Amino acid sequence: MKDLTFETLIAVFEEMFGRGLFWTMVVAAVVITLAYIYVLIRDRAVSWRKFLWAQLSMPLGAIAAVLFVQKVTRSGFADIGGPIDVIVLLGVAVAGAVGLAVLVYTAESLIWPKSETED
Amino acid sequence: MSHDLPNDTGRRRFLGLAAGAGALAAAGLPGQSNAQVATKAKIVILGAGAAGTTLANRLVQRLDGAQITVVDGSKQHWYQPGFSLIAAGLKPQDYSVSRTDEWLPAGVTLKPENAAAIDPEARTVDLQSGETLSYDYLVVATGLVLDHDAIDGFSLDMVGENGIGALYAGPDYAARTWKAASKFIDEGGDGLFTRPATEMKCAGAPLKHTFLLDDLARKAGTRDKSHFTYAAPQQSLFGVPIVAEKVRMLFDQRKIGTGMQETLKSIEPGAKRAVFDTADGTVERAYDYIHVIPPQRAPEAVRQSGLSWADKWVDQGWVEVDKHSLRHRRYPEVFAVGDVAGVPKGKTAASVKWQVPVVEEHLVAQIAGDTTDASYNGYTSCPMITQVGRAMLIEFDYNNDLVPSFPGIIAPLQELWISWLMKEVALKPTYNAMLRGKA
Ligand SMILES: Cc1cc2nc3c(=O)[nH]c(=O)nc-3n(C[C@H](O)[C@H](O)[C@H](O)COP(=O)(O)OP(=O)(O)OC[C@H]3O[C@@H](n4cnc5c(N)ncnc54)[C@H](O)[C@@H]3O)c2cc1C
Repeated sequence: MKDLTFETLIAVFEEMFGRGLFWTMVVAAVVITLAYIYVLIRDRAVSWRKFLWAQLSMPLGAIAAVLFVQKVTRSGFADIGGPIDVIVLLGVAVAGAVGLAVLVYTAESLIWPKSETED
Repeated sequence: MSHDLPNDTGRRRFLGLAAGAGALAAAGLPGQSNAQVATKAKIVILGAGAAGTTLANRLVQRLDGAQITVVDGSKQHWYQPGFSLIAAGLKPQDYSVSRTDEWLPAGVTLKPENAAAIDPEARTVDLQSGETLSYDYLVVATGLVLDHDAIDGFSLDMVGENGIGALYAGPDYAARTWKAASKFIDEGGDGLFTRPATEMKCAGAPLKHTFLLDDLARKAGTRDKSHFTYAAPQQSLFGVPIVAEKVRMLFDQRKIGTGMQETLKSIEPGAKRAVFDTADGTVERAYDYIHVIPPQRAPEAVRQSGLSWADKWVDQGWVEVDKHSLRHRRYPEVFAVGDVAGVPKGKTAASVKWQVPVVEEHLVAQIAGDTTDASYNGYTSCPMITQVGRAMLIEFDYNNDLVPSFPGIIAPLQELWISWLMKEVALKPTYNAMLRGKA
C-alpha cells in the first residue's frame, strides 16, 4: 500500500461505513469515553461493585465482537492461517471486551449514581 | 460531482469539529504541501474508470485554471475486483456498480461518449458524436476490451446457461456466472477453468475463481463428484515464479489438475466440449462447467491511433510508454495509465494507485516547465483468494520481487484470514478513496 497515512485511513473508513455512519460512530465512541471519564471524576473512585458487573460482561463482549466480525466477513475459526490471524482475532476480542466493559460501567454509574455504599 | 478543494477543506474542518476531537481535526486536514500550478492547459483524459477518475480528482487539486475534459461513454462505473465475489455468490450484482459521474470532481467536463479516433500529430480526439476535442496533454486511460468473438462458438448471451461462465464481462455476467457455477457445485462433473494467451487484467482472477468453486464444493460436500482442470496458454500458473510454485502446491493439495500451454480456441455448447490449441495440435476436453476469459486488447480507437507499440504485443495494441514515467515514447505530451498502458505487469487497480501519482507528477512538472524523477516500479497486487475466508496478499514489481506492504507482519505466500479481511472489507473502501484522489 502506498502512503498509508492517517488521512488515508480516515478516507478509507468513511468509504467503508459511509461518511455519516462513520462519524456517528466516532462521536458515539468519544461520548462514551467522555462519559466514562466523567463518572470516574464525579465519583472520585472506582466502584468495585459496578466494576464487577463490567468485568463479568467482558467475555460476552469478546465473543460477540469475534462472532460479529466473522459473520459479516463470512469466515470462521477454521480460516485462521497464521500467527497474525491469531493476533487479529485476539485484538477483536479485546476490543469487544473492553468496549462492553466501559459501556456497562458507564451506564451503571449514570443510571444508579452513588446508589451503593462504597467498599 | 462533489467537491473542489476549498469545499473539501471546509468539510473536513466541519467534520473534525463535529467529531469534537481536536487531534482528528488537525490530522484530517489535507496535506497541501504542493502549491497549485496556474495554467490554461487543455487536458483530455480518455476513460473514467479506476485510472481516469483517480487522476482527474488529483489534477484538479494540483492545477489552477486547467481545462480538464474526461471522455467516457459508460454511465456505470464498475468496481471490477468485486466481480470475483459476485461470481461466487458472495456479493450481489449491484456491489460493483455505481455511476460514472458521481466520482468526478467539480471543475472537470465529462463528455458522456467514447473516443472514436485519436490523432496524436494534430493533437485531437474525435468523439463518437463527431465532435473534435483538441488537447495540449492527453492521458489514455481507456482500460481494455474483452475479445469474446475470438472464442469460436461462444457468445455472451450463453453465459449462465448450460454450464458456461464468463465473469470478466461485467457485474450482470458475473451474477449469471454464479448461476451456472452453483449448478456445477451442486451436481458435480468436469469443471474447466481457462485464461487467455494475451496480457490480462488481474491475472490472479482466473485462479481465484477456481479456488473459490473448489472451496464451495468442499463445503457443500460435493467436491468428490467433480473434477477440476485449470487450462492456460502459459507455461506456469502465475507470472511471478515464486508465486507460481506456491499455487502449484496448493493445486496439488486441492486436487486441481492442470493443462498448461493450452489456449482455448472454441467451444461447442451443445456437446459441452472445448477445443484448445497446443504446440502439437488441438486437444478436446469435455466440460460440465467452463469458465471463459477471452483475449484482451486495447480499444479499437487506441489501436488505430498510432500510439501502440509497433514491435511488442502487436495483436494487443497497448500504448507505447516508458515503463517508469508512463509517458509516451514518441509523443511527450501523451501518457497512458491503467490497463491500456504498454508496460509489463501492472494491470490491476492496485497498480493504478501507484501509477496515477507518477503521471500526475510528470504532467504537473511538465506544465510548470520543470522535471521530476517520479517513477513507477511495476507495483502490482492481487489478493489471491484461496478459499472463502482466506487469501494471500501477493504484491510484486517489474523484477518479480515480492514487495510486501506489511513485511514481517503479513506473509505474502501464506493463506491468511487477515488477507481475506482486507479483500472482503477494506479493498472496496480503499478503491473508492483512491477514486476520490485520497489514497
Ligand atoms: C474479475 C476481475 C477481478 C479483478 N480483481 C482485482 C483485484 O483483486 N485487485 C486489483 O487491484 N485489481 C483487480 N482487477 C483489475 C482492475 O479492475 C483493473 O486493473 C482496473 O479497473 C484498471 O483501471 P483502468 O482505469 O485502466 O480501466 P477501467 O477501470 O476498466 O476503466 C476504463 C474506462 O474507460 C472507458 N473507455 C473504454 N473505451 C473508451 C473509449 N474509446 N473512449 C473513452 N472511454 C473509454 C470505459 O468505459 C471505462 O470506464 C480485477 C479485474 C477483473 C475484471
